[in-house]
Amino acid sequence: MRGIISAGGYVPFRRLQRSEIAKTFGSGGGKGTRSVASYDEDTTTMGVEAARLALRSAPDGVRPSALWFSTASPAYLDKNNASTLHAALRLDTDVSAFDFGGALRSGIGALRSALEGGSTTLVVTSDMRGGLPTSADESATGDGAGALLVGDDTAGAVIAEYLGGASTTEEFIERWRTPGSTRSRAWEERFGEIKYGPLVEQAWNAALKSAELSADQVTKVIVTGMHARAVRAVSARLGTAKEALADDRSATVGNTGSAHAALLLADTLESAQPGQVIALVVLADGADVMLFRTTDAIASYAPARTVAAQVEGASDIAYGKFLGWRGEARLEPPRRPEPDRISASVSGRTEEWKYAFVGSRDRSSGELHMPPARVSRVGDAVDDMAPAPMADVQGTIALLTIDRIAYSPSPPVAFAVVDWDGGGRLPVELTDVDAATLQMGDRVEMTFRKLFTSDEIHNYFWKARPVRGS
Amino acid sequence: MGSHGIKDRVAIVGMGCTNFGEQWNKGTDDLLVDANEATLASAGLTKDDIDAYWLGTAMSGMSGMALARPLQLHDKPVTHVENFCATASEALRNAAYSVASGAYDVAMAIGVEKVKDSGYQGLVGAGKTPTDGTGRTLTAAAMFAMCSPGYGKKYGLDDAQMREVLARIAWKNHYNGARNPRAQFKKEVSMETICNAPLMAGGLGVYDCSGVADGSAAAIIVRAEDALKYTDKPIYIKALSLVAGNCSGNADPEYDYTTFPEIAATGRDAYAQAGITNPREQLAMAEVHDCFTPAELLIYEDLQFAERGTAWKEVLDGTFDLAGALPVNPDGGLKSFGHPVGASGLRMVFEAWLQLRSEAPEERTIAHADRGLALTHNLGGYPGEMVSFVSIVGNELG
Repeated sequence: MRGIISAGGYVPFRRLQRSEIAKTFGSGGGKGTRSVASYDEDTTTMGVEAARLALRSAPDGVRPSALWFSTASPAYLDKNNASTLHAALRLDTDVSAFDFGGALRSGIGALRSALEGGSTTLVVTSDMRGGLPTSADESATGDGAGALLVGDDTAGAVIAEYLGGASTTEEFIERWRTPGSTRSRAWEERFGEIKYGPLVEQAWNAALKSAELSADQVTKVIVTGMHARAVRAVSARLGTAKEALADDRSATVGNTGSAHAALLLADTLESAQPGQVIALVVLADGADVMLFRTTDAIASYAPARTVAAQVEGASDIAYGKFLGWRGEARLEPPRRPEPDRISASVSGRTEEWKYAFVGSRDRSSGELHMPPARVSRVGDAVDDMAPAPMADVQGTIALLTIDRIAYSPSPPVAFAVVDWDGGGRLPVELTDVDAATLQMGDRVEMTFRKLFTSDEIHNYFWKARPVRGS
Repeated sequence: MGSHGIKDRVAIVGMGCTNFGEQWNKGTDDLLVDANEATLASAGLTKDDIDAYWLGTAMSGMSGMALARPLQLHDKPVTHVENFCATASEALRNAAYSVASGAYDVAMAIGVEKVKDSGYQGLVGAGKTPTDGTGRTLTAAAMFAMCSPGYGKKYGLDDAQMREVLARIAWKNHYNGARNPRAQFKKEVSMETICNAPLMAGGLGVYDCSGVADGSAAAIIVRAEDALKYTDKPIYIKALSLVAGNCSGNADPEYDYTTFPEIAATGRDAYAQAGITNPREQLAMAEVHDCFTPAELLIYEDLQFAERGTAWKEVLDGTFDLAGALPVNPDGGLKSFGHPVGASGLRMVFEAWLQLRSEAPEERTIAHADRGLALTHNLGGYPGEMVSFVSIVGNELG
């Protein structure tokens, strides 16, 4: 049996109230909220977060032999973004890592390829969506990531068996964006609606046929695509029960583009029961349909942190701040020198520390060293340290401070001296916090972030954030 | 600590100190020339009389040539030293050792910093070492800000009490600086103004932070037995102690930000070198590194001026005021005199030089000058990871 072993959906902490848009500009916006990646997040860091959740949700010891990363908003071109995820997840060197390029359809292509391939593959999709202020895209879209660990049940218990799928493809100019642009453009809506209808119908029928299922046997159907009107239209024509249509989280998260299919699939699996048929229908320059049946293993499946919990545990951001973070408004930078670019060779030597947050622990004294050290802080041991992976270790704030003068892409900086569970201490930067609510004694966990970008090199490292519900 | 010290083996016979402040019309070279001229004049020497130089600067120049060129020194050894904000003290220490060793008869320690040319407020880091970008980016203000809640929590002071104690330290240093023509801020500041100042980091406001200033200071050092050839009021070096921390505070869960172990260690070492058993009673004055008000509070306890947990009371009682039992920072300290990183350590000694020679202005008279001993304390770095320096100087041998 082949299918999905585990899943992780990541929704960033911040939300924009869509009504704020019209309050500012007199138009645009709407009801509900959209998710907003923090200033220190990009598609790579959100991908890391989703992937970490998927791996933590997997049975012990299950590790991928391949990592496929897809986004329509890559942090780098030329350079392989999947390699950054690979490092942050501390995967072995012989695990391959590939980017699946820029089209919105790439993510679902990666998933289908993984499902129909042979190896244990971690498929990670991530996207940051937006548009010009007041545009429909600005309010209707969102930021997020979804990760799916795909493999055979010989690797680990499969919670959703892949039953089969089908794709249809046709060239038509419906939604497009050239490299470097943050604004997508779209043709008149009716054109896309007309185009997608038959493509979905053909793929839907072919997929059902390959799985020897009829539409009424589908328990849950996820329909997603950037063309909202076409999605609504085809959803009504699939022949599935009305209550089978999955919540697309458009009221709270927004459409996360190339990440949305995996995000919604993770979300759906997190509340699924054994024996349910789940259909995934994606509209992106054609149609892709995949069918799954949940197994008995899903009854004991314990997701590390559900999408539902992340939808609940959110905090609003001011619209002006959102515009600043997205570069749509230029805010006054802090009056401090911009940081220098990081050194590639230093970062290469410290990869385990920088990307995977691995310190070292003195074998004789047990003392934790962050960053890893050769000479122990306690006793006289030299070169007698074991790696100490700390990315998944939680800690407690011993002391904290708000720095109003330090450089940050979004001042002020909140910093805490964190005492780790199991011993050890490190002062770390905090993120996703409302500084006024912080207190000594608060619990924190680590998250992979982008500290700054200099000379077009992103400086990735870890920050702490408050532990929020699971 | 395995230090023997060089008590009474060398003496300071000349000192100079420029005004500290925003010196838009003077560059590093100008400041060096000014401090050098003033220092030579105070000892009645010319540059030909100086055998060797130690130049301290953290961010205003590299190599000994940063001094040899502006002063036009011919065939003279010049050593450039840097040890964060304790840089000038490091220049003094090494110059003193060179004379004590017999290698030179007359040495000059000179410190300088030109910090106002960066175009930014505050200090802009000197280091340009390539990194992996994982280092902490917190400012010194934020790091020292953590000492305030740490101290308050340990000794049961609420935020308002801590605010008053810290403000009282800043108030005192501004009071003293208002009586110092060389100081950057020659103005008294009310407690209310200090308490209501805009926040910089944590609970620290503008008046909790030292002034950022340009300046230079220097000292001429000779063997003690030669001192009276140059001046009838030499200042003898009783102790020089330095510790470079191993940065363990940031990794040690036991560290509570209510003490600076490096400072306590240099204090103990310096007192042993100088034969001091009761610093509070034996010292006439102290200049300490009040980069931020919580630093000065903790230093009182680390240098044994007050028992653990009591310095805050002593602050409110005025113990460290000009007229108090042990005046601290009678020249206004970093807070009011300003902090040119590579010059401050020698500026501190300059105040000891003035006070122990009874040359300080009358309005800065300290209560117990007759004790004849002064301490300077200079640090570089942050809580948990710092270099600390302590010197003790006196106006008599023995």
